[in-house]
Amino acid sequence: MNNFNRAKIQVSGQKRSVLDMARSRLMLLSLFFILTYIVVAARIVDLTIIQGEMKKGEETVSMLEAEPVQKKTAHRADILDRNGIILARSLKTASLAADPELIPDKQIVAKDLVKIFPELTYGETLKKLQEARRFVWIKRNMTPDDQYKILYLGHPGLSFMEEERRLYPQGPLAAHVVGFTNTDDRGLGGLEAGFDKLLMESGEPLMTTIDVRVQHALRRETANAIKKFNAVAGAGVVMNVNTGEILAAVSLPDFDPHKVNDKDKNTMFNRLTLGVFEPGSTFKIFTTAAAIENAGAGMSATYDATKPLKVGRFTISDYHPEKRVMTLPEVFMHSSNIGSVKMAQQVGTEQFQNFLSDLGLFKAPDIEIPEVGAPLIPKPWKEINTMTAAFGHGIAVSPLQLVTASASIMNGGILVKPTLVLDKTLKKDKGNSVRVVSEKTAHRMRQLMRLVVTDGTGGKADVAGYNVGGKTGTAEKDSGGKYDQNKLRSSFMAFFPAENPKYAVYILVDEPKGNKESYGYATAGWVAAPAVKKVIESIVAIEGIKPQDSDELGGTLDAYVKSKEEIAKEKQLAALAAH
Amino acid sequence: MNFFARTDKSFLGKWWWTVDRVTLAILLTICIFGVVLVTAASPSVAERIDASPNHFIIRHIIYLVPSIALLIGISMANLQYVWRAALVVLGFSLFMMVLVPIFGDEVKGAQRWLGVGPFSIQPSELAKPAFLVVAAWLIARQKEKPEFKGTWFAFGLYGLVVLLLVLQPDMGMTFIVTATFFTIVFLAGMPFRYIILLALLGVGACLAAYFSFDHVQSRVDRFLNPETGDTYQISRSLQAFQHGGLLGTGAGQGTVKMTIPDAHADFIFAVAGEELGMLMTVLLVGLYGYVIVRGYNRIMDTDNIFIILASGGILTLFGLQALINMGSSIHLLPTKGMTLPFISYGGSSLLSSGIGMGMLLALTRRQGRSGIARGGLSIRPIGGSVK
Repeated sequence: MNNFNRAKIQVSGQKRSVLDMARSRLMLLSLFFILTYIVVAARIVDLTIIQGEMKKGEETVSMLEAEPVQKKTAHRADILDRNGIILARSLKTASLAADPELIPDKQIVAKDLVKIFPELTYGETLKKLQEARRFVWIKRNMTPDDQYKILYLGHPGLSFMEEERRLYPQGPLAAHVVGFTNTDDRGLGGLEAGFDKLLMESGEPLMTTIDVRVQHALRRETANAIKKFNAVAGAGVVMNVNTGEILAAVSLPDFDPHKVNDKDKNTMFNRLTLGVFEPGSTFKIFTTAAAIENAGAGMSATYDATKPLKVGRFTISDYHPEKRVMTLPEVFMHSSNIGSVKMAQQVGTEQFQNFLSDLGLFKAPDIEIPEVGAPLIPKPWKEINTMTAAFGHGIAVSPLQLVTASASIMNGGILVKPTLVLDKTLKKDKGNSVRVVSEKTAHRMRQLMRLVVTDGTGGKADVAGYNVGGKTGTAEKDSGGKYDQNKLRSSFMAFFPAENPKYAVYILVDEPKGNKESYGYATAGWVAAPAVKKVIESIVAIEGIKPQDSDELGGTLDAYVKSKEEIAKEKQLAALAAH
Repeated sequence: MNFFARTDKSFLGKWWWTVDRVTLAILLTICIFGVVLVTAASPSVAERIDASPNHFIIRHIIYLVPSIALLIGISMANLQYVWRAALVVLGFSLFMMVLVPIFGDEVKGAQRWLGVGPFSIQPSELAKPAFLVVAAWLIARQKEKPEFKGTWFAFGLYGLVVLLLVLQPDMGMTFIVTATFFTIVFLAGMPFRYIILLALLGVGACLAAYFSFDHVQSRVDRFLNPETGDTYQISRSLQAFQHGGLLGTGAGQGTVKMTIPDAHADFIFAVAGEELGMLMTVLLVGLYGYVIVRGYNRIMDTDNIFIILASGGILTLFGLQALINMGSSIHLLPTKGMTLPFISYGGSSLLSSGIGMGMLLALTRRQGRSGIARGGLSIRPIGGSVK
């Protein structure tokens, strides 16, 4: 073997090893692909057989039927009032679409369509039918009658799409409570949002505590008060004080749930539950109750209201100054700020805070709609805050909270939870009654509230035979850090019958302007109290409530206060002074 | 299938007896699947873009005919012509890839296509098989003549191709070119320690792509955690398979194509699953798998390192591309715009598959290899055993 041959063998030897290595690596590659392709095949078997064929039985609707791009959603359940009147219902409606390519004589079709739908114009309809597209909407959501007429025409190229539409037969009546849905049938406000999932899934109607008849009355009277006193807005509520059930809830201006404009904050804003305001004198219900319950103040307790209180740079004075020492009932009846401050001081800051907190005024109330406003509580709470809170300033709560807390006193002292849902099974907690004031305190408060109506600022709310008790609240609106005497929030909180209240009725009117009839007054007694009176008159008629034979509380209080004549005289003098 | 007598020494006769007729038959069968599926899937896609219902079907066939012609035509070439043809195609497509960023049509955020009259072409598709053959030849040449630094040229060429791809940017194509090129390097006998190093580099590159390209990141995120984003296509695709079941709904009877935008291309496998059912779809997977494994087995016999490298590369390209396409449709891999060879609609993809598999068939032809030896590719006759 010569050198040449040896070199050749060496080369071929190297080549051999290169080839052998390549072949063994080919084996590895081959193995890789065999394994991965087996995995792919196994996954296909998994998808088609294990997840497909074996689950076919579970499919209720065949995919072909369910497919048409729009996904088929479950029927959204109804929302009803407490008597079964429909507040919201979903209806399947037909919408008409056309495939212009399939329509041979477009003029005739357009002419026929316009005959059935007078709101369509011939020109526009024809233009749609002449478009070079395969799909044009002609009319959304029509009546079955119109659908029949179209079918009867028998024109080719017209087809129906099934759509679901949420209808609110009561229109804006309870819009803020019921809420509204978007085009995809998702609840975006009120109970529609609060129970969105349940409404989509359960199929069972949601029965609310609303009574449309009471709702009508409340909305009508609140709207009238707004109109009469040229106010900007209003809110109102009727609540069963023993159960917390809300029979009517109104926030005005409201909106048509069929045509919702999210950007219109003024109409979309729920002033009853989301808005928090300085409540003004209605808050004295709590101050007085705290004094009776915690400071042992009796009806004969006296408070010196001879001169305004000076706290730092603030001066607290009375709206109707009596400038004398007053008994507790007088302080409440005349709505004396000075007297109320003294009561709160008598209770003490810490205890007063605890009392308000126990009534649920320090946290957002728990209710079934998402529009819930949290109260604005001063932090830290100092002596001055106790003093201003005593007459309902420097603290802001929602009207719903105010009514709930008052109801908890007036019902005999048991804390109630506001609710919009009649169905017991949907309520979170039941039983476990929490007492906030003693029965005795509750009784005293009923007496005092009745007194306000018989002898005090709430006279215009009385309904003969139904012994209405109540409290006025006139708060000056905060405009740019200062209280504006010309911009008021006038409210009235009423309970009836006073001996054993069943209902709380509350109306708030925002920025009422005095008129001739009210002698220029825009205060609660002139604005809100008469509106509440009319609501109560409606409620007793609707519910068929028997009038009371006597007015126990009205009579027993004379001993504590001046005679009616005296008060009437003072009122006249005050009115003259104001002119 | 005896169109030609064994003794037929004519050009066609020789080709018939030497070419891998089984692979050819399988590829043509896959083409038939492709026509059926594009015919079934594309009308609803065409409708969505306001085109005539037959728009994609006609174009598919317009591209399929020359692809099959290229497949058969190139399979008749001898080794020398194969790599020369590859060189020409590569040069041509690289030139066009340089033009793409300048004149290309931007589609869905990337410039990949060049418009040629009513048609558009994706040069990078054509570059893929050609690049593999040229790279294989360069590396094989060094094995024969160690003084020829073919491996360095191959790496240089790879760098150029990847640079042009990243500029478009086309991460899917970059990935598959990288994977197949390193398969060739792997077959050529690179030591395992370098392979591990390269694998680490590859992982690094994937991470870099994940963090520097938003669409890559979003796709991977959606694959790993479907809740994070819109997995509309993939969930539709899975539903299609479930709907198809064992036997399928029947060609044309499926519904997935009405809702998936890419039903005729990247998601055509879902249409197959729904309309043809499990049996036919698994058969299809089997056909792809068989072509690959049969190809690998066939080149085991050869002594020509160039044949092993080029065929191994092309088969890996073919196999990976099908694997990624199918894997995306059945949620085994993140969705990546990868066509299913010979089935998906897409002119450049069809032509590329035709050229690639045509070269494979040419490379794996038996006998008559003495003629190639004269081409100076090898110092000894190729093919057969060395005795």
